[in-house]
Amino acid sequence: MNELLRRLLFLPQQSSTMAESIDELHYFVIITTMLGALLVTLVGGWFLLRYREGRIQTHPHDYDIGAKPPLWMKVAAVFALFTLFVVWWAIGMRQYLELRIAPQGAFEVEVVAKQWMWKYTYPEGGRSIAALYVPAGRPVKLTLTSRDVIHSFYVPEFRIKQDVVPGRFTTVWFEAKAAGVYEILCTEYCGTGHSVMRGQVIALEPGDFDRWLEGEDLGAPVAGPRYEQPWVVGNTAPAQELDLVRTGERAASTQGCLRCHSVDGTPHIGPTWAGLYGSVVPLEGGGKALVDAAYITESMMDPLVKMHAGFAPLMPSYLGRIRSGETAAIIAFIKSLRNVPPEPVAPTPSNDGGAP
Amino acid sequence: MSEERDYRDDPGGTSPFDQANLSFPPDYLRDGRGIRSWLLTTDHKRIGVMFYAIIVLMLGLGGIFALLIRTELLTPERTVMSASAYNRFFTLHGVVMVFLFMIPSIPNVFGNFLLPIMIGARDLAFPRLNLASFYVYCVGSTVTLAAAIWGGVDTGWTFYVPYSTSTESSVFLVAVGIFILGISSILTALNFIVTTHTLRAEGMRWLDMPLFVWAIYATSIIMLLATPVLGLTLVLVALDRIAHIGMFDPRLGGDPVLFQHLFWFYSHPAVYIMILPAMGVISETVCTFSKKPPSSYWAIAISSLGIAFVGFFGWGHHMFVAGMSEIDAGIFGALSMFVAIFSAIKVFTWTATLYRGNITFTTPMLYFFWFLFLFTFGGMTGVAVATQSLDVHWHDTYFVVAHFHFIMVGGTITAFVGAAHYWFPIMFGRMYSERMGLLTSTSVFFGFLFTFVPQFLLGNAGMPRRYYSYPPRYQWLNVVSTGGAYLLAGALLLTLINLLVALKWGKRATPNPWGSRSFEWMTAAIPIKHNFETPPVISRGPYDYHLSEEQAHARTKAR
Repeated sequence: MNELLRRLLFLPQQSSTMAESIDELHYFVIITTMLGALLVTLVGGWFLLRYREGRIQTHPHDYDIGAKPPLWMKVAAVFALFTLFVVWWAIGMRQYLELRIAPQGAFEVEVVAKQWMWKYTYPEGGRSIAALYVPAGRPVKLTLTSRDVIHSFYVPEFRIKQDVVPGRFTTVWFEAKAAGVYEILCTEYCGTGHSVMRGQVIALEPGDFDRWLEGEDLGAPVAGPRYEQPWVVGNTAPAQELDLVRTGERAASTQGCLRCHSVDGTPHIGPTWAGLYGSVVPLEGGGKALVDAAYITESMMDPLVKMHAGFAPLMPSYLGRIRSGETAAIIAFIKSLRNVPPEPVAPTPSNDGGAP
Repeated sequence: MSEERDYRDDPGGTSPFDQANLSFPPDYLRDGRGIRSWLLTTDHKRIGVMFYAIIVLMLGLGGIFALLIRTELLTPERTVMSASAYNRFFTLHGVVMVFLFMIPSIPNVFGNFLLPIMIGARDLAFPRLNLASFYVYCVGSTVTLAAAIWGGVDTGWTFYVPYSTSTESSVFLVAVGIFILGISSILTALNFIVTTHTLRAEGMRWLDMPLFVWAIYATSIIMLLATPVLGLTLVLVALDRIAHIGMFDPRLGGDPVLFQHLFWFYSHPAVYIMILPAMGVISETVCTFSKKPPSSYWAIAISSLGIAFVGFFGWGHHMFVAGMSEIDAGIFGALSMFVAIFSAIKVFTWTATLYRGNITFTTPMLYFFWFLFLFTFGGMTGVAVATQSLDVHWHDTYFVVAHFHFIMVGGTITAFVGAAHYWFPIMFGRMYSERMGLLTSTSVFFGFLFTFVPQFLLGNAGMPRRYYSYPPRYQWLNVVSTGGAYLLAGALLLTLINLLVALKWGKRATPNPWGSRSFEWMTAAIPIKHNFETPPVISRGPYDYHLSEEQAHARTKAR
């Protein structure tokens, strides 16, 4: 029943511990709403037919100017509605408190939002961008703030959302029921890149998560049918053997590089990587630079020193945020794209078309 | 009676004032010719008609922006415009529809035209102020549109700080424009309130006023009390941008959430500014076409005031995920539900009014029927989004977009178009084509459903609003919604054409074509400049269907 209603109402998977009970209230509220609206419309429609002018001419006694429903009926209707609303309110309020108050002993992560990316800092000092690594089956509490304008942290499959306000710290918590990848969307309008300010929660089995925290490259973050490689052109099946280019592609994806840099020549927030390696690019403030391993490394660690002309100074420094080996892998990946023509092509990546 | 006959030749005495006077003054459309006599008029009816023209223009403009947005959303990535163009178009759509169309729509057109006639007055209390309100509106809308189009404002109609204080677009000028529009709202509201208090005809008690007057009166109270808050908030945003006073800017110690409180303190009641007049139209339509008094006059009149009052205390439900305290969320959630109770009382009363009526099924009545469904469903989804835990998932998704479009389009525009048909005879002295009216009305309804039902589902699926590009799994629902939007736009265009055709070629209207007892129909087919030749004396209620039409006229006449 739950699954049927969830699909009928287009709700996402219930991947957090709170999701199912919230959806149950959702079904209750929406079904009552639909029945209520239908009832009013049917009664109204029935009156329109029953008391239409043509019929009144043949049944004049049906027309009664003074007819009104008895007072008890009105009082009962208002009272019933009031009771219904109180019930909704009571359940909704209780769930809201549960959503707002994180349980003791939650794993804590700090989140900083800026136009247009999510950055995470873990208790042991680990960092990541766009991809938030958490343990499955354990409460995770996020403390959020923004560096520029208001953003909002939304994971539809968890049924959680929290505005991220500059100058304030807000919190939100969730517990992923199982390992998997869950989409993060920004839901507070924040400018040109608002709709691409996305990310993923990557929930790992507790053992895997501890290994990840210690710096181990897990290869494919998670296997399974719900794994979707977003923002990446080309298919990387989790089971596939990894070479340096593939590793670079994955690192570029999990580090959030591909959210600003396209790999097929599509113009985006940052310069496209298609045909970039080996080319000579104009710099902001004059001069030119040859794109080689040294320039790419410098741009990753200190992006604002030699800026590619024509792009906004948005790129964060990856110094200390990126594992040794990932830098080389990303460079290898960029290098592998040097013969891709940097012209815009059809923007929809081929592996993005399917259902999640 | 011959349909083509002018009312002036009517010997039957259907107008209360035609026995004594053989020399009629011309109707308001013919009293004074030339563009000057229109532009400098102080006749509330002519000002209403001028508002009508400009507001329909604004509806068209807002509709074009809506179609551009919907076209862009046909595909998950770029379809016809860039992200920054898209952001400007949804801002324009919101600003034009809310501030230039929806808020002034029914009050400034139909309220202006009908309120004085309905209470038996010659004009509004301050006719010159009324004309001033029109020109202030023109200036305000010009400034707003010019700034938004040439300056490229991309903040959305909500102007949330600190985005609106940091974006490189002409937010300041748009704020000035909306500030000016607010002055127009306040002038009109003041005029309506004073008129209702002081200019009611002899013998007319408060409970003898048509329900539309109650609705406009309640709306005016909200306008008068809430609009200054919007104006002051916009001034603060402008000062923050220009002088960096640090009211909302966190870098200077300001609080961005304070802006949201102030903004919604106006903009939530503004929702009732938009829907209360629509409810007034519906009350009139139901009674006239059922030939019955409302099943409870008192309930409808008082619930209008109730909505106006409680509407001021619900603003916080826009901020459940903004970081407000849990107690605040609980209180605002509960208060929001009271508005729904008052609205439900109205819905019950309208439905009960149909019971044992004598119902003529005309275009306005069909619009009422659509309204009944759309408003009930849209209103109850309003209670749903005021339910705290559900709002967390729905907040800022397409569910909210669908919800308020059910109220604003399904409620207000449906009632606006219904009113355009219902009062067409008294405003222009012609009858529209009923068959075309019913056809276009049905198309409007289905276009609406196809546009907004998919948006509820998109919201459930988690698609955030104001998204230029979106995950491909949302595409087919977006395509359906866009198709519906084109159908809706086409249907509204046909409606306009039907009315424009009627303006020129429609059959001449008789003074009371619907057989109503409401006071506006007691005038000549087209009212004269000062509505009544002698001040009327009222000795009956507005819904006395137990009286014959002659008796009803007799009890509206000067003695």
